Amino acid sequence: MKRDGLLSFLSTLVVIIAGLAIGLIVLLVSDVERAFPAFWTMLSFGSRSMRNIGDVLLGATPIILTGLSVTFAFKTGLFNIGAAGQFAFGGFVAIYIGVQFTFLPPALRIICSILGAALAGAVWGAIPGLLKAYRNVHEVITSIMTNYIGMYLISYTIQNTIFDLGRTTTVLLPDDSNLPTLGLDVIFREPLGTGYRSSAVNAGIVIAILIAVLVYIILDKTKFGYELKACGFNKDAAKYAGINQNTNIVRSMMICGAIAGVGGALNFMNGTGLSMNAMPVLAAEGFTGISVAFLGLTNPIGVIFSGIFVSYLFLGGARMQPFGFSLELVQIVISVIIYFCAFVLLVKNNLGTLFFKRKE
Amino acid sequence: MYIVEMRNITKLFPGIIANDDITLQLRKGEIHALLGENGAGKSTLMSVLFGLYTAESGEIYKNEEKISITGPNDATRYGIGMVHQHFKLVHNFTVLENIVLGVETTKYGILSMDEARSRVVSLSEKYGLSVDPDALISNITVGMQQRVEILKMLYRENEILIFDEPTAVLTPQEIDELMSIMKELISEGKSILFITHKLDEIKRVADRCTVLRKGKLIGTVDVESTDVETLSEMMVGRKVSRVVEKPVIEPGDVVMAVRNLTVKSKAHHKTVVSNVSFNVRAGEIVCIAGIDGNGQSELVYAITGIEPADSGTVNLCGKDITHVPIRTRSKAGISHIPEDRHRHGLILDYSLAYNEILEKYYTPQFQNFGFLRFNEIYSYSDMLIEKYDIRSGEGSHTPTRSLSGGNQQKAIVARELDMNPKLLVAVQPTRGLDVGAIEYIHAQIVKARSSGAGVLLVSLELDEVMNVSDRILVMYEGEIVADVDPKNVTFAELGLYMSGAKRDEVVV
Repeated sequence: MKRDGLLSFLSTLVVIIAGLAIGLIVLLVSDVERAFPAFWTMLSFGSRSMRNIGDVLLGATPIILTGLSVTFAFKTGLFNIGAAGQFAFGGFVAIYIGVQFTFLPPALRIICSILGAALAGAVWGAIPGLLKAYRNVHEVITSIMTNYIGMYLISYTIQNTIFDLGRTTTVLLPDDSNLPTLGLDVIFREPLGTGYRSSAVNAGIVIAILIAVLVYIILDKTKFGYELKACGFNKDAAKYAGINQNTNIVRSMMICGAIAGVGGALNFMNGTGLSMNAMPVLAAEGFTGISVAFLGLTNPIGVIFSGIFVSYLFLGGARMQPFGFSLELVQIVISVIIYFCAFVLLVKNNLGTLFFKRKE
Repeated sequence: MYIVEMRNITKLFPGIIANDDITLQLRKGEIHALLGENGAGKSTLMSVLFGLYTAESGEIYKNEEKISITGPNDATRYGIGMVHQHFKLVHNFTVLENIVLGVETTKYGILSMDEARSRVVSLSEKYGLSVDPDALISNITVGMQQRVEILKMLYRENEILIFDEPTAVLTPQEIDELMSIMKELISEGKSILFITHKLDEIKRVADRCTVLRKGKLIGTVDVESTDVETLSEMMVGRKVSRVVEKPVIEPGDVVMAVRNLTVKSKAHHKTVVSNVSFNVRAGEIVCIAGIDGNGQSELVYAITGIEPADSGTVNLCGKDITHVPIRTRSKAGISHIPEDRHRHGLILDYSLAYNEILEKYYTPQFQNFGFLRFNEIYSYSDMLIEKYDIRSGEGSHTPTRSLSGGNQQKAIVARELDMNPKLLVAVQPTRGLDVGAIEYIHAQIVKARSSGAGVLLVSLELDEVMNVSDRILVMYEGEIVADVDPKNVTFAELGLYMSGAKRDEVVV
C-alpha cells in the first residue's frame, strides 16, 4: 500500500516534468528569446501573491467538482463524459434560482441554488444512466448526446427567461445570491495603493473540498461504495453476489451528475460577474474534469490537488500572453502538459514493473 | 546428449527464491514433463528458458554449447517455442494471419501469403492438426486455437517446444487429440517440455519427469518405472490420498427439486437446457457429468439465478425460487462455487477480506447504518484464512489478484461453505488445481454433505465424478440421459452416455 502511494506520487511527478519539458519546447520553437521568461511566468504566477493563490483556488473549484464527478463514475466502471452537460444544467438552474427567487432570504436562496443545481445535474446524469442500465446503450455515446441536447436547450431557455440582451448572457446575479467569502477575501489579498485587492475566492472551494471528502467516505467506508466499486471492478462477480447492478449504475450516474451540477453552481455564484453565455458552447470544465480526475489517479483526495494544479497552470498560462504568445499557443502548451498527465497510469505501471518486478 | 540443458538455475524474487539451484536436462526427441504444485516455480523456470526472466545464476546450454537468452527473440533464434497457458492470438485475424504474424513474407512491401499458406497447409497435414487456415480465431474452439499456437511454433521451425499446462482448457476428447499430436511431434524429431500438475497425463505421454517443490529440484525420474503415487508424493511432499473418504449417510429430505427446466441460449436462441428434472437431497452429492458445453453451465445459471430460466421450476426446500433475485436465493441457503472464479467468483482488485464478505457485506455483522465495520470484516476474514488455510502474502489485506489459483479457490470455498448452505452448487471446483488442493477441496465438499447440505457438483473430470459423488446424472445436449450410481457404472459406460451413444429414460 505504501509502495503504491510512493509509485503514484513518483509517476505524477514524472508526467508533470515531461509535460512541462515538452511545453517549454513548444514555446522555444515559437520564440526562443521570450520562451524562458514566459515559461517562468506560467510556473510562478499562481504563487506570486496571496491574491493569486486565492484565484488559483477559485479556478480550481469547478474543475475539482467535475473531476470528482468523473472519478465517481469511473469507480463504478462508467465513463462520465457528460459532466459538461450536467455542469451547464447545474449552473443554469443555480443562476435561475439566484435571479428569480428573490422572495427567499439570501442564505436560503443560496442553499436552494446549490440544491437545485445538484438536482438538475442528477436528472441530466440519470438519462445516460437509465439508458445504460435498462437498454445497454453505452454511456459515452448517450452522454455526448445529452451534452449537446443540454447545450442547445440551455441556450434556448436562457434567451427566453433570464436573458441579458446587451451581453448575450444570463442577467447578472444579485450580489446577495453569491456565495459568502467566509473571510477568505481577507486572507487571499494583495496590497494595492493604500488598500487591498482581494481574490474572489469564496465558500465554493470549501464546499468542493467537503464534497471530495464526502466522496472518499462514500467510496471507501460505506456499504454503498463497496457495491459501487464491486460493479466497477467486476460486474459479473457483483451480479453473482446479488448486487443489483442496474440500480447502482443509475444511482452512480445521478450522483456524479449532482456533483458536476454543484460544480456549475459554484462556478457562477462567485461574485466576479461571470454569467452564462447564451451562445451554444459546451462547458470546457466538463472535459477538464476528465484530465483532473485521471491526473488525480481517480482518487477523490488526489482530485483536490490535481484540480488546484490545473487551475494554477490556467492562471499562469494566461499570463504568457503579454510576452507575445497568442492565446492559442498558450492553450497548446497547457494542453500538452495536461495531455501528458493522461499518461500517468501508464507511467505508474511501467515504473512499477521497473522497480518491483512482478512475482511469477 | 542433451538438446537443452539448464544448469544450476537460481532465480530470486523479492522475499522468495522461485528457483533454487535447478538443473533440467532435455534429451532430443523426448517428452519431458515438469511437475509441481501451483507456485512450485515451473513457470518461472520456463520463463527463464524463454528469456522472459534473467536468472541470478546458472547457465543454459544447447547441444553442449553455452547460450545466453535475454529475450523471447533469442529463444526463437535458438529454436525454442512456447505455447502459453493463455494463448497469444489476435481474435479478429484468421488462423493463417496469426501464424505468420511477426514473420510475414512480403514482396515489394506487400504481403505474399500464398507461400505461407502452402507451408501452413502442409505442416497441418504432416502433423495431423487439421486446421482451416482461413477460419477466424474467434470462431474456432479453444482446442483449435491451441493447435494454431502449435502451428505457430512449427512454422518458425522451433525444435524445442514448451507447453505450459496445455490441458487445463481442453475437453477430454481434445486432451486425447493433443496427446497424439505431441507423440507425432516427437516422432518427427521435436523435443517437448510439458508443464503440468496432472499425473495421469504424465503417465500417458511423458518419457521422463522433473519434479519441483517450493522452488527446489526434487528429482528427475523415468516415468515408465515410477508409479503415480510416488510422483504425487514427490510433488506434494507427503502421501496424498487420491480416494475421497466419505462416511456413509442416508440421504434426507429433498433440498432442491428441479422440474421441466428449459433454458434458451441468450446468444443464439437455441434450447441449451431441455426439460430437465431432478432432485438433490440433504446429505447427498449429486454430480452432473458431461462433456463441456452440453448445457451444464446454463443449468447452473438458472438454478443460481445468474440467467433466467425460460420455463419449468426450481424449488428450494419447498419454496419456488425460479424467478427470485440472486440475493434471495443466497439468503434462502444456496451457496455457489462458480465455474469461472475470475469472472464470477472473485473481485480480483478487492482485498481478500473484501472478497470473503462478498455475499454478507450488507448484513448487520459487517455494516452499521451503511458504514462498513472494518474490525469485524478483518477479524472474520482472518478467521476464514486460519480455518481454511488460505495462504497469502499479507493476510486479509492481500490483493486477491496476487493469490495463487489454489488459494483463490480456497477463498471462494471458505466464503461459500461458511454460509452454512442448504444447497451447495459447485461447478468444476478443482479445475486447474494441484492434487494437494484438490484433496482439500474434496474433503470440504464432503464435510458440507456430512453437515446435511445437498451438493450439486458439476464436473468434467471423470475421476472426480466417480470419486466424490453419490449419484451421477449425465447431461448430453441439454438433456439428462442417465441417472446412475457410481458404484454400478464404469468409465467406459459413462463415456457412452456423455457422447450420446447411450441413453436411459430418466424419471424423477
